[in-house]
Amino acid sequence: MARTIGDKGRGAHLAERVSKLGETVQGSQAWNSIFRPGSIFRKGYTDSPRNRSYVIMNSVLYHLHPVKVKRHAVKVSYTLCLGGMSFFLFILLTVTGIFLMFFYRPTAAQAWDDIYTLQTSVTFGLLVRNMHRWAAHLMVLAVFLHMARVFYHGAYKAPREFNWVIGVILLTLTLLLSFTGYLLPWDQLALWAVTVGTNMMGYTPVFGSQVRFVLLGGVEIGTDTLLRWYVLHVLMFPFVIVIFMAIHFWRVRKDGGISGPL
Amino acid sequence: MTEIPEHLLKRAQEAKDRAAAKAADGGATDAAPAASAPAADAPADAGDGKIPAALLARSKAAREKAAGGAPEGGGGGGVATAERPTAGATVAAAAATQAPPLAMGPEGHTQRLLTVVKAGSIQDVKAKPTDKVHTWPHLLVGEFVASLAVTAFLLVFSAFVNAPLLTLANFNLTPNPSKAPWYFLGLQELLALFHPMVAGVTIPGIGMFALMLAPYTDRNPSNRPEDRKFAISLFTIFLMFWAVLTLMGSFFRGPGFNFVFPWTDGLFFEL
Repeated sequence: MARTIGDKGRGAHLAERVSKLGETVQGSQAWNSIFRPGSIFRKGYTDSPRNRSYVIMNSVLYHLHPVKVKRHAVKVSYTLCLGGMSFFLFILLTVTGIFLMFFYRPTAAQAWDDIYTLQTSVTFGLLVRNMHRWAAHLMVLAVFLHMARVFYHGAYKAPREFNWVIGVILLTLTLLLSFTGYLLPWDQLALWAVTVGTNMMGYTPVFGSQVRFVLLGGVEIGTDTLLRWYVLHVLMFPFVIVIFMAIHFWRVRKDGGISGPL
Repeated sequence: MTEIPEHLLKRAQEAKDRAAAKAADGGATDAAPAASAPAADAPADAGDGKIPAALLARSKAAREKAAGGAPEGGGGGGVATAERPTAGATVAAAAATQAPPLAMGPEGHTQRLLTVVKAGSIQDVKAKPTDKVHTWPHLLVGEFVASLAVTAFLLVFSAFVNAPLLTLANFNLTPNPSKAPWYFLGLQELLALFHPMVAGVTIPGIGMFALMLAPYTDRNPSNRPEDRKFAISLFTIFLMFWAVLTLMGSFFRGPGFNFVFPWTDGLFFEL
């Protein structure tokens, strides 16, 4: 498109007005009340050691990260990002899972139809369900590989013994989250995979049949099982795993950051 | 109270002797250069030469006043203490202000410096400096990029590969084979080999428990791979054991959970 001198002038004028608007917004009380001193979104942020510290110290990130970390800890080749990836996948699963909850009723009569309708009639329904499913498998894999990585680095040794135990609990919870979600589509795959799985748990010594009864909410898989596993999947296990994750991350910092170098 | 090291006591004794000899000479000369005296950790007498004559005169006047019965005489001594060039060092002498004239030093000084102790010998510095970088931007940028990459991968993968949704659950139609989710297929494979109570509960239960106890059973403090060949071998065997079982259950088990080759009989596997 050809441009005239007049257009150029108007463009420059517009750019000036936009930058002026930006200044006004960044200088406003509301903006400054949201972004604490040192935030990169504040007016006049400069890259200085002091501000680099403030970015962490003065934000909610301080709950997760210290101001400074060991230089070797930021190497991707050491952690392979597996722990962080597991956590990020958990967030992604929460977000996509909340979306799915809007379209799903956990009863034997409605569950499968709801999933089918979600895939065929809801905007992005199929995509979000796919993401939820693949992210779940990926999370199981990421948590498992994270455990292997930690073992091979000997990172479970003092003072990190207890954090390893928390980690094994987190792995178990991840498997339980994935397994409880497996039943929810209420298709042939879900029903029979869960039948096989719960039959295995039914072989628990002494309490076998009781364990199975509690898991299924009855003697057979049915609508009660669906409701039970739904509540476990969307509420109870996420609640428990968040608590254990909080302890896990807190201990990483209290035990002196991540381990190593070798 | 910290014990005074022997060499310092010895040095103080030498200085005391020197001062006594000097006093015996009767020549209490303020102008004498103290060049030969050790600098910082020498006892008080060695530093005497550095006290300005004016201050000495002032403290002397104050002392005379005190001797004369004036109650504020102690104040004069205090001033002299504060103005000493060695002030700031640890002064372990008897309280100069209340000291009776008997306790005065050889040159009329009311206090002496016993020793200067350097910080290194009494403080145990545990923290060693480590090479650190700011979390922002060095760590946060990496995390951000990694999370973007994961999101992008999932988005693209999900756009092309659909999650399975088979037909409605039917209690009267058992698919053959019926398989658990892939992460339990190792267990299901065990189920085909052992009694269900052993395969389904005992082995995984013991496995999880042993995993939790790993840090307490592994007493080797080193984290270097060359020092922990046994631990690494054991864990690798453990991983291989589960990986092989899972792969077996996933791809090499067909109808009736019988052994099949995926390249001849096809896949019996759903994610």
